[in-house]
Formats: sequence, structure tokens, C-alpha cells
Amino acid sequence: MTPGKLSTYLKNGAIWGFILLELIFFTVAGQFLSLSENAFMDAGNMLLLFKQSAPIGIIAMGMTIVMVNGNIDLSVGATYALSAVVLLDAMTWPVFGGLGDWVIPVACLLAVLTGTVLGAINGLIVWKTGVDAFIVTLGAMLGYRGLVFMYNGEQPTSHLNWTLVDFAEAQFLGLHTATWVLLLVTAAIWFLMNKTVHGRNAHAIGDNREAAVNAGIRVGPHMMINFMIIGALAALSAVVFYAETGSVNPNDGELYELWVITAVVLGGTKLSGGAGSIISTFGGVLAIQLLRKGLAHIGADTSTVNLVIGLILIAVLLLDRQLNVKGKEALKI
Amino acid sequence: MATLTKKDIGGFLARQGILLAFALFMIGFTLANGRFLDPDNVMGVIRSSAILGVMALGVTFVVISGNLDLSVGSMMSFSTIVVLDLHDKLGPALAIPAMFAMTLALGAFIGFLVGYLRLNSLIVTLGMLSAIHGLTLTWSGGKNMDIADKAGTWFDVFGRGEVLGIPVPILMFLLLAVTLGTALAKTPFGRKIYAVGGNGTAATFSGIPRARVVFSCYLVSAFCVATAGLLQASRSMGSQNTVGQGLELEVLAAVILGGASLMGGSGTIFKTVIGVLILGFIQNGLLLVGLPFYVQYVVTWVIIILAVWLDIAAKRGRLWSPIA
Repeated sequence: MTPGKLSTYLKNGAIWGFILLELIFFTVAGQFLSLSENAFMDAGNMLLLFKQSAPIGIIAMGMTIVMVNGNIDLSVGATYALSAVVLLDAMTWPVFGGLGDWVIPVACLLAVLTGTVLGAINGLIVWKTGVDAFIVTLGAMLGYRGLVFMYNGEQPTSHLNWTLVDFAEAQFLGLHTATWVLLLVTAAIWFLMNKTVHGRNAHAIGDNREAAVNAGIRVGPHMMINFMIIGALAALSAVVFYAETGSVNPNDGELYELWVITAVVLGGTKLSGGAGSIISTFGGVLAIQLLRKGLAHIGADTSTVNLVIGLILIAVLLLDRQLNVKGKEALKI
Repeated sequence: MATLTKKDIGGFLARQGILLAFALFMIGFTLANGRFLDPDNVMGVIRSSAILGVMALGVTFVVISGNLDLSVGSMMSFSTIVVLDLHDKLGPALAIPAMFAMTLALGAFIGFLVGYLRLNSLIVTLGMLSAIHGLTLTWSGGKNMDIADKAGTWFDVFGRGEVLGIPVPILMFLLLAVTLGTALAKTPFGRKIYAVGGNGTAATFSGIPRARVVFSCYLVSAFCVATAGLLQASRSMGSQNTVGQGLELEVLAAVILGGASLMGGSGTIFKTVIGVLILGFIQNGLLLVGLPFYVQYVVTWVIIILAVWLDIAAKRGRLWSPIA
């Protein structure tokens, strides 16, 4: 086994090792520090963990493929909010008055369509103008947020549909609806990135754009498809979350982009593109949620959570750099 | 041949487009509302842009060196909270230098990670955004910070004072802009920053200490953030923990609007100041015309993308990207 291979194994396994470490730490520390009687590894607690991971996790899958492509999307939080507004508002539109409960799938579809269109706008601008995705989506983050406000002013948009709430709170084989959606999305995106031509091309473009162009891959459409996917996923995430709560504030979803990017980077995806694993992103999402829950379990407040997550992100970067340098020693100037 | 070709005109439009757009905006808003160019209104706009502007000056340095700084917003909250807290404990004369020292230490830490360890600046500053927010919350215990004796202190002079009829925030913004602008344009230090941002490898081979240059840029940024925190604290004499939240992206928007490339190596302090003023006047103009505040978000979105698009279109000589 070459040293390069060892570092690859270390990198791919690192996130799961980290999760294991978190579990052990919080279980042990919880014995001494926790105020609650329940053990941290309690089954109900873990099920809740999956459910709470879903909103960030679903978007993180989209972010992984956008980042593999060498792009980034900062507008997901605003897309999430706008889709949520469409979802809740559409259920009250008189046009759908005669549909009864059939309004639910229609509203969900409309919400996902909204997200897809917003993503397509980003993708089209990145493709046609050649402006860096960071700038395009930074602008869109403001612009889409503005649209959210324009839709309903500074008022929250609320509509509770009890059939939808029941569906969101339902459990199938012990797992909540949100968890199922997260798992299905993970599986679908994994399939897309590993088993289809689109996935292979997306990797190639992120790895070496010039080589990809020379190989006859059309860069633009692939980038745009990825932006549409992340838009649709941000909307799906909103559907999953707001189905249950039924009320969205115009500021909802702010800073989501930061949480999502943190999860994806923890999972080992490179900002420079070309490398990234859906399964590791799933690990990154779980690791963050575990950290938040665990710290809350042992009585730490939000300040510690923020501090720890920030420092861990930097530590991961350091570790990653060390591992990468080892494999490339011969190439160093 | 002194004939103007279509390309020349296009190039001129693209190069000076941001100034032209600014001029058009000003004319449009003035026609729509006569009070727009009122000296009081103009002064008010510049004054309320000063805090964002001061931060943008520092971020310009970082961006020219080819890096990003997403931590300035939460760092600004930190310095605001710290100086307010220390004001009551140490008195203003000690609190201000202590706050500057602490903010600079944070900047030095980021500079060390990005400059010397060569870690990706986007992720490092993203991590620091979260970590510094945690620090701020720990410091304040999650509570709002207020100066107890608001009447008996000279601390409000930075945010509310006036010299010769000009508000102090504007003076400090101008002073910093001139100083940093000169440092960037006229000194060897400034040239090194452009060299490092333009082509880091080439800079290293010409003997420019890349790590040290990047490190200094983050120090400059931290200094500006500390100044912004001082202005904010002094103006409001009390603050929430999240006062700077989200400012990092507004600052970046101003810097990009000014024409600094995120790839590094281009941008000037003057253009950043223009970028800051454009954002400020758009915000003000839309409010004066009677539109709600959130319309500016959508307008900013369109303007940022148009500005950057025109800029790169002029550089590559064609409007649409060559991406297949």
C-alpha cells in the first residue's frame, strides 16, 4: 500500500472517526455533566438527531455537487425562504380552492419549481456571463431575500394544513418523514454523481476545466443542471421543514449557507472542485448536528457551539493540508 | 489613428461603467426627489455608510492580496461589545487600545493561518466568523452591552462628534481612506500586495515575502474592523451581540462593486469608496422615492452582477462568456 493510499483512507474515514469520537465523548461527559436523566445515545434522541439534520443535510447534498463542479452557492438560504413562502401561500390561493387536500402536492411542486427556477437563474448567469459563482450567488443571496420581503412585506407567511403536518410528523419504520427525505436525497445524489454521465462530467469539470473542455464536455449545461439541483433541494428542504411548522418569517434561512458549507467542508469536499463524496457530506451533516446536540446535552450554551464549530472547521483544514502534503512530497518545489 | 471604434467606446463604458451608473443613479433620484442632493441628506448618507466603508477599506487589502475575509462582520460585533464592556471597567482611555489589541490579535491569528500556513481563506474566515461570534457571546454572556453612565463620558465623540461641522465618522473614514489609499498606491508595501494577489508564485520567485504580505493585509483589515467597532459603539453607546452580523457580505458587495477582482491583484481604495457610496446612495434614494427598504436588495443584486459582468466583458473583449 502506498502512502498516498493510506492518506486517502484516512481522509475518507476521518469524518466517521470524528463522529465516533463525538459519540464517545458526549456519552461519557454526559454521565457527569448532563442535567437530564436520559443517556445521550438514547434511541429517541438519535432519531431526533436525524430529523433535525434534514433541513441542512438536504441542501448540503446539493452544495456538494455544486462544489465538486468548482462553484459555490451562497443563495441557498434565501432560496429556502422564498420556496417556503410559495409553499405556504400557494395552499391558500383561490385557484386551488376546489382541490381539497390535493392542494398539498400541488403546493409542494410549486415550491420545488420555485427553487429550481431560482437555481436556474444563478446557473444561467454563471454560464452566460462568466462571472464567478461566488459573486453571482452573493448577489442572488441579497436579491432573492429582497423577493421574499417583496412577496409579503415584513409579515410572516403562515398557513397550517393539518394533513400536511400529520404527514410531516409521521414515522415509517421508526424514521420521521424528514429523515426519509434526507436518506432518499442522499441516495439519489450519490447515484447521480457516481453512476451517471452527468456526475462523471461534473467531476471532470471541477478537476480540470480545460481538460474537460478539450475532451468535448459542455461545461455550461452541467453547471446549470447542478445549480438547478441545489435550488430544487433548497426548496425541498423548505417543504420538509415548513410542512410541520407552517409559518415562515422573511428572515428565515439566513446563515444557512454558512452551516451548509461548513458541513460539506467537514465532509472533505474541496472548494477548488473535482473532489467530494456524498457519503462524507452525510457524515459532515451528522457530525455538526451531533456537536450541537451533544454540547447542549452537557449544558454548554450557543456560544460554545459556535466557537467549537469554527475551530473544528479550521482544524479540519489543517489536517487535510497535512495529509495532502504527505502524498505530494515529490512534487513540492 | 484617433478614430473612435465601437470597441473603444465599449471598453470605455465597461471601464468607467461604475462611475457612469453612479452618475445616472444620482441624476435619476435627484429628478425623482429634490431633497436627494440636499447637503444634509448627502452628509447623512456618507455618515451612515462610514462604518461599512471603513470595513470595506480593510477588506480591499485582503481581496487584492487574493484572499477573502468573511469574518469582519462578527469581528466587528466582537470589538463593539468588548469596547463597551471595558469602557465601564477600565475607562475609555484604556478600553480603546485594549480593544484594538484584541481585534488585531484575532486578525493576526487569521493572517497566520492564511499567510504562513496557506490555508484556504474562505474556509478559515468562515470558521472564524462562527468562532468569533462564540467569543463575543461568551464575553457578553449573551446579554446586550450598555454604557452605564452615558452622559458622563467623552466616549461618544467618535460616533456623534463633529469637527468643523463634519461628523467624526466621516472624517475617520476619509482619513483612513487617504492613508490606506496612499499606502496601497504609492508604497513598496502596496505594490507587493498587488504582486502577491496577481501572481503569488511569481511574487515568491521575485523575493517578495508572500506570507508576510498576506499576514499584514489581515492586520490592516482587523485594524479597520476595530475602528468600525469603535465608531459603532460610540454612536450607539450600547449594542447587541449581533450588531455586525451579515455585514461581511455587504462589505464584500461594496468591494466587488468597486471593481476589485476576487482572483486578487486588482482593485483600488478609491473604487471601493465609490462602491460603498453607491450602495449607500441607492439605499437612501430608494427610501426617499418611497420604496420599502428591501427593494434595495434586489437592486443591489442586479447592479453587482452587471458591474462585474461589464468589467470582465471589457477584459475579454466580448460580452458573452466563452463557456460552451
